[in-house]
Amino acid sequence: MEPGVIIREYTIPANDFVVAGEASSSVRKLLNQMGVAPAVVKRTSIAMYEAEINAVIHGHGGRAHVEIDSEKIVIRISDDGPGIPNVELAMQEGWSTAPDSVREMGFGAGMGLPNIKRHADAFHLDTEQGRGTTVNIIVHFR
Amino acid sequence: MGQEYFHSVTLDKDKCKGCTNCIKHCPTEAIRVRNGKAEITRERCIDCGECIRVCPYHAKKAVSDPFEMIGSYRYKIALPAPSLYGQFNPSFGREKILRALLHIGFDDVFEVAAAAEVVSDAPRRYLESHEVRKPVISTACPAVVRLVQVRFPNLIENLIHIDTPMEVAAGMARRRAAERTGIPAGEIGCFFLSPCAAKVTSVKAPFGKEKSEVDAVFAMKDIHLLLLEQLKKMNGMPSEEKHLMAGPAGVLWACTGGESAFLEKGRHIAVHGIANIIAILEETVEERLEDVDFIEALSCLEGCLGGPLTVENPFVAKTNLQAVIESAEASDFDPDCLVADPSELEWTREMPYIPVLKLDDDRMKALEKLQRIDVIEADLPGLDCGACGAPSCRALAEDIVRGFAKETDCVFKLREKVSDLAQRFGDLT
Repeated sequence: MEPGVIIREYTIPANDFVVAGEASSSVRKLLNQMGVAPAVVKRTSIAMYEAEINAVIHGHGGRAHVEIDSEKIVIRISDDGPGIPNVELAMQEGWSTAPDSVREMGFGAGMGLPNIKRHADAFHLDTEQGRGTTVNIIVHFR
Repeated sequence: MGQEYFHSVTLDKDKCKGCTNCIKHCPTEAIRVRNGKAEITRERCIDCGECIRVCPYHAKKAVSDPFEMIGSYRYKIALPAPSLYGQFNPSFGREKILRALLHIGFDDVFEVAAAAEVVSDAPRRYLESHEVRKPVISTACPAVVRLVQVRFPNLIENLIHIDTPMEVAAGMARRRAAERTGIPAGEIGCFFLSPCAAKVTSVKAPFGKEKSEVDAVFAMKDIHLLLLEQLKKMNGMPSEEKHLMAGPAGVLWACTGGESAFLEKGRHIAVHGIANIIAILEETVEERLEDVDFIEALSCLEGCLGGPLTVENPFVAKTNLQAVIESAEASDFDPDCLVADPSELEWTREMPYIPVLKLDDDRMKALEKLQRIDVIEADLPGLDCGACGAPSCRALAEDIVRGFAKETDCVFKLREKVSDLAQRFGDLT
């Protein structure tokens, strides 16, 4: 175990929105136990949930790797899905490739990536067509 | 007892067998069994009454005021919660129930259902006049307010800062009585007839204001028999309709969906049952709810009709209440005569976050504690059996790190240690 770092790994199953929600709420509990300011906790959990949902919808599921130290939280969500063909488009609000079935469930409004970026202090996207996508999120506690 | 942590929900030590039913059902993990008896952590308890419902030995109880307290005031006003009407066969009728209250010792009655109608208009006005964060969350159920306060700090801003119908009713009733009788307000007692423990607590330790308008809270189950005997005596006597104030909409507040039925526009959710509420609040924090304007949340299943201080089965009570609602006429009661300014209904005190889950004020130390919790938890059996007195292995690990428990509280750990010792003892001899 690394000193001063809490590590969590979560599996994000394909097509399961409920389990994705469990991962972000368990991270929220950890941050509350650490006494992180509520507004920061909120930003973190929104960003993480959005990234997880992306992995559920577009990536056929994936993994969440979370590292928390006393100053920040680093979240890495990765999937082995088809990748994002046009990152610039995907970052635009309202642009979505989600199928109708997903939209009917209230997801896929094209706000995912922009929303993650807005709530994170640092945001980095790695994607390769046919190989998958990794979203890196950092939120500082102050 | 500090006012901050007054709780109606308490333990009867003699009845407690030290079983694990309550620890498993507490939504804030506030209960531990130590030395064979349950202990409630006051900072965490939200007075939802779940433990009262599940305790097979009736060792959990809600402390309310004794009915004799009625004698300490010159003029006594009963404030029946609308759920009271569901406790009796509807053939008695609402008017009779109100008159029966006058026969058992009250001088006046003021329906909380009428105040509910006054309060009902508030969310709409509130949404128009304030910059609010949506969805707005109802504050009618004090257990939900406390839940938000200890577990969902991010939603404190979403709570509607409006007094409960109970508070509004007490204020209006006292003013009306003072005007009618000339008796000084201080000699008028306002007594809420409560379906639940959370209301008792919200009178003794109010939120949103310094002091409650209510002077004492009587449990519905404590006065039920008195009322029933009176009602039976009154059967057949002609009834003059003169105490009814509320219309069907106000009475409906006793049920889930009653409060949100008032909101004509917008999307609203009516959720009941503490576990269901937690699920909805989780979604709310993560902004997973789309376009929801208002959340009505009542801690008990079936709303206040399911309160731990009621007598009738909530589903029977619902049918009873339905009959009362059907026979109710639209309210002709004019709240304007008693509430001069709608802003009077607003909270006068902000609600602070109570970070009960926080492990340490120093974030670095909190992190170290979390790591120790992880290590200890990994070594526990993971059965969440509750035999140690904590609701889960994780909770025991937290208790150990907080210094409230030790590893050998776990029966499996203890067994390991004992067989270890026996082994070493055997090696020695």
